[in-house]
Amino acid sequence: MRIVCPFCGERELGEFSYLGDAKPVRPAAGAPEDDVFDYVYLRDNIAGAMSEHWYHAGGCRAWLKITRNTLTHEISSVEPAAGAGAAEVGA
Amino acid sequence: MKYSIFSLARAAFSGHKTWQRTWRDASPKDHYDVVIIGGGGHGLATAWFLASEYGIRNVAVLEKGWIGSGNAGRNTTIIRSNYGLPGNTGFYELSMKLWERMEQDLNYNTMVSQRGVINLYHSDAQRDAYARRGNTMRINGIDAELLDLAAVKKMMPFLNFDNARFPVQGGLLQRRGGTARHDAVVWGYAHAASALGVDIIQNCEVTGFSRDANGKVTGVETSRGTIGAGKVGMAVAGSSSRVAAMAGLRLPIESHVLQAFVSEAIKPLLPNVMTFGAGHFYVSQSDKGGLVFGGDIDGYNSYAQRGNMPVMEDVCEGGMALMPMIGRVRLLRQWGGIMDMSMDGSPIIDKTPVDGLYLNAGWCYGGFKATPGSGLVFAHLLARDELHTEAARFRLDRFRRGAVIDEKGVGAQTNLH
Repeated sequence: MRIVCPFCGERELGEFSYLGDAKPVRPAAGAPEDDVFDYVYLRDNIAGAMSEHWYHAGGCRAWLKITRNTLTHEISSVEPAAGAGAAEVGA
Repeated sequence: MKYSIFSLARAAFSGHKTWQRTWRDASPKDHYDVVIIGGGGHGLATAWFLASEYGIRNVAVLEKGWIGSGNAGRNTTIIRSNYGLPGNTGFYELSMKLWERMEQDLNYNTMVSQRGVINLYHSDAQRDAYARRGNTMRINGIDAELLDLAAVKKMMPFLNFDNARFPVQGGLLQRRGGTARHDAVVWGYAHAASALGVDIIQNCEVTGFSRDANGKVTGVETSRGTIGAGKVGMAVAGSSSRVAAMAGLRLPIESHVLQAFVSEAIKPLLPNVMTFGAGHFYVSQSDKGGLVFGGDIDGYNSYAQRGNMPVMEDVCEGGMALMPMIGRVRLLRQWGGIMDMSMDGSPIIDKTPVDGLYLNAGWCYGGFKATPGSGLVFAHLLARDELHTEAARFRLDRFRRGAVIDEKGVGAQTNLH
C-alpha cells in the first residue's frame, strides 16, 4: 500500500499512522451516555469503501482523509482532513 | 472410524489404501436444534461439546468455504495460559487443560506439544511485571517460572545476549505451553463431532437471518437454502461485524489484518515458543523445521487477508534482534488473517440483544489457544442459556458497564485507549 499525500506526493505506508473510521463524531459535552458509548466502543467496521483518517507522521505531519477499500486495500481518494494544515491546501 | 495403533497397523498392511474420510461432508436438513455459523476451530469445537457434553446432537456447522479455511489455518499454532487478569486467567487455563486431554477426547492426533512458552524480559520494570503475572498464574494453580539470565542462557545459548539497547535479562516460562497442529485441531473436532451426528456443511454461506414476528431468530438464509434453527451461534471471528449486521447489530469490534511468516526448514534450533519482550515478535519451530513467527497487526482496518511491508520489516527486525543468525535464513511463505479486534483486547461470548442469536467473537489475535475452551463455554451458553463460570466476564455489555478486561491495555489500536 502506497499513499499519495496531497502535500508530499507518493510515499510508502510506513510513513503514515492510522486513526480509523472518519465517520464517528465526538459527542458534545453533556451528550447522553448512549452517544458516548456508541462513539467510543461501537464500529461500523465496513467491508468495502471506507472513509478514514490517516496521519503523515513521517512526512508533512498533516491529517489526511482517505477513502480506501478494506476488502482490497485500494485507495480511491486522498484529501487533507478538515482542520489544522488544511487551510493551505488550495494554495 | 476409531484410530489406534491397531488401525494403523491394519492400514499399513493394505498399503494405506483403506483409510476412510474422517468426517462426513453433509447436506443441510430443514431444521436443527442449534446452527453454528463458522466451521473453524471454535465453531467445530462448540459443536463437539454440544454433542458430547450437553447431549445436543441435532447440530449443524455452516462454513462458507472449507472447514479451517479462515483463521484456524492462518495462526502461529501457539497454546498457553499465561494471562494475568481475572476473567482471562481461569478461562485460558480451562482451555489449557482441555488441550492436554484433547487427543484422547477426540481420538485424533492434534500433535499437542508442550515444549514451553518463554516471554523474555529486557528491563527491571518488565521483570517486575512478569513476576507479578507469574505470581498471579501460580496463585491460580497455573505453572509459571521466572528465569534469570543464567537460566535463559543455559536454555537458549544461541540468543544475542550482547544487545546493548534491549539486553535479555531473563524470562517468564510456562512449561505446559507449546504448540499444536492447527489443521489437525480442525479435522479432529470435525472427526469427533461428525461421529456424534453433527452435520458439517461446507460451501454454505449465511446471507441473512430468518426472524419471527417478535424478532426472534428462527433460522438462517444461506447460499444452500433456508435452514431452520432453535438457536443460532456465531463463531466467525474476523467477520463478526458483517454477520452481526445481518441481524441489525453493531459490535465493539474492528477487523484488522495480522500477518504470519514461515521460513525455509532448518535443523532443530528453537526448543520452545519464544517471545521478544522489547518488540512484538513470537516464534516457534515447526516439526518440518521452519521457523513460524509473527508480530503486530498491520494497524488499519482490513478484510483482505494480506498485509503490507512495514509490519513484515518490523517483525523481522524483532527476530534479528534476538537471533542475528536467522538473517541468513530465507522466508518461505507469508500470509494474513483477519482478526476481530475487540475494544479491550478480550473476547465476547454472550447472548445478543436478538433473541435466539448467540455471539462468540472478539478473539483479537489470541483465538487459537482458546479453541477448546471457547468451544466448551459457548456450548454451555447455547445449551443452558447461561454463562459458563469461567467465561462469565466475557459479556457483550461489559463495555457499557465499564467492566473491560484490558490485559494489554491498548484496545483495537494502540492509539485509541
